[in-house]
Amino acid sequence: MARNNFERSEIGKAPTGIAGLDEITYGGIPAGRPTLVSGGPGSGKTLLGVSFLVNGAQSFAEPGVLLTFEENAEELAQDVRSLGYDLHKLVEQKKLLVDYIHVDRSEIEETGEYDLEGLFVRLEHAIKQIGAKRVMLDTIETLFGGLKDSGILRAELRRLFRWLRDRQITTVVTAERGEQLFTRQGLEEYITDAVIALDHRVHEQISTRRIRVVKYRGSHHGTNEYPFLIDRDGITVLPVTSLLLEHAAPDERISSGLPTLDGMLGGKGFFRGSTVLLSGTAGTGKTTLAAHFVDAACARGEKCLYFLFEESPQQMLRNMRSAGIELGRWVDKGLLQFHADRPNRHGLETHLLAMHHAVEMFDPDVVVMDPITNLLAVGTSIDVRSMLTRVIDFLKTRGTTAMFTSLATNDDSLMHTETLISSLMDTWLLTAVDQQGTRRSRQIYVLKSRGMPHSDEVHAFRFTRHGIEIEPIQASRAAAPTRQKRGKRAARGGK
Amino acid sequence: MASEMFDLRLYVAGQTPKAVRAFANLRKICDEHLAGRYRIEVIDLVDNPALGRGDQILALPTLVRRLPTPIKKIIGDLSNTERVLVGLDLRPRRTAA
Repeated sequence: MARNNFERSEIGKAPTGIAGLDEITYGGIPAGRPTLVSGGPGSGKTLLGVSFLVNGAQSFAEPGVLLTFEENAEELAQDVRSLGYDLHKLVEQKKLLVDYIHVDRSEIEETGEYDLEGLFVRLEHAIKQIGAKRVMLDTIETLFGGLKDSGILRAELRRLFRWLRDRQITTVVTAERGEQLFTRQGLEEYITDAVIALDHRVHEQISTRRIRVVKYRGSHHGTNEYPFLIDRDGITVLPVTSLLLEHAAPDERISSGLPTLDGMLGGKGFFRGSTVLLSGTAGTGKTTLAAHFVDAACARGEKCLYFLFEESPQQMLRNMRSAGIELGRWVDKGLLQFHADRPNRHGLETHLLAMHHAVEMFDPDVVVMDPITNLLAVGTSIDVRSMLTRVIDFLKTRGTTAMFTSLATNDDSLMHTETLISSLMDTWLLTAVDQQGTRRSRQIYVLKSRGMPHSDEVHAFRFTRHGIEIEPIQASRAAAPTRQKRGKRAARGGK
Repeated sequence: MASEMFDLRLYVAGQTPKAVRAFANLRKICDEHLAGRYRIEVIDLVDNPALGRGDQILALPTLVRRLPTPIKKIIGDLSNTERVLVGLDLRPRRTAA
């Protein structure tokens, strides 16, 4: 029965079902072994454990036992109900069993030798009752406050973890973070298979939750700190930096929604799954151009997710209606969804997670973020770039086409940001206003567009009752490529 | 006070040496201090694991004083008679334990 660990490249894993966590652990926590989850008060460790149990019971046919030393079971059930977990229902279905162990030192007199066999008996009974494969102990360190003989306690905890391992029970053990150690009582000494640390930081009034896999014996794991989010859908962990650079590069082209603009882009529009930056000064029609793109995508039956960082969806719909683009119909059809959020409401990490989450829920073909420059209110340009790198990475992996608008000003920091961001973009469109006498004329041109021949003309455009009209390209120049495929003519230099 | 009935429960898990010791110690203490006014019920959690929940049993052996109220718990093999008597409220708690 002896297992040869050397022959197995990876140990068995039990998926937590927590979005992102199973990715950074390459499949989940060690199956049949205990995992320590440590964190300060309010860091989400109980929720992480409960998610592991609930997902196990609901999605992986692995019933679970929750042994709590903390709150009473009813409070806990209420706490997690806000996240959409119905513990009562799972208990009724015999997929979950909650046992509450209360220890009050003032009630207990200790005399002579004892052990924690009572705990073992109760746990075994609970496991047998529902055929549990998963157990959560929350927070077992509480026992140190309830029992005086810490020597016995330590020996018994060691025995408990061995006992759980012998029974091949996948266990999550939560613990309060200590000053020097991961746990106050040094539980990491007993649980050596995997240690996950949670952290809840507040920086400049913006709170961010982070998770880190400190240790994972016998397995690869992401070692960075990853932000995570707790919302009504539970926990989402975001793998911050993409682990691979393996995006597909489809040849399919999609229309920008404006035939003339498509013409400027080698006659066919954007590449599907590419990134488009649309930058320009205030009032140059960036949002309207984005609306055309969205309108065309929805007309093809594709789903669009539109992130608004400035206006409300109602404002946006009204403005576009007056510009001649009726986006409301796509909202009604369920093809267009808005996601409006004030940038300064959260930190960038939280925004990033919220975006991830929204994308995962809606599964759009096209994503628009308008305007990304507003994110500078909550982070430095380096931070914004790093966040966008991750967003783009994520969207490219999904094959989602993304358009970002950026407000250009003479402000140095914004210009700096634009320069930083532009390298992430496959296509960069610029809009500007040219004032001649009393007439302001709007202009658009393609600054770059990787992988396709594109126009180097500055085109005038105007707003009509049916949206934007770009003045057509002169026939003779329509097909004139300025740059061929990336790298091919790089030696010649840029312009 | 002298006529009060002591309703005691001793929780064990199988006939372990600690359990046997605890029962013997308990009988001795009761016979000496509570002669004629005590009742001991031994609950073996191996046979009845569900019963551990009601009295919040964790450590074994655990002696629970059900009556008189309030409920008291004494864990261990009851080898320290003095502590058991204090735990059962048969002797005042001394400040310097």
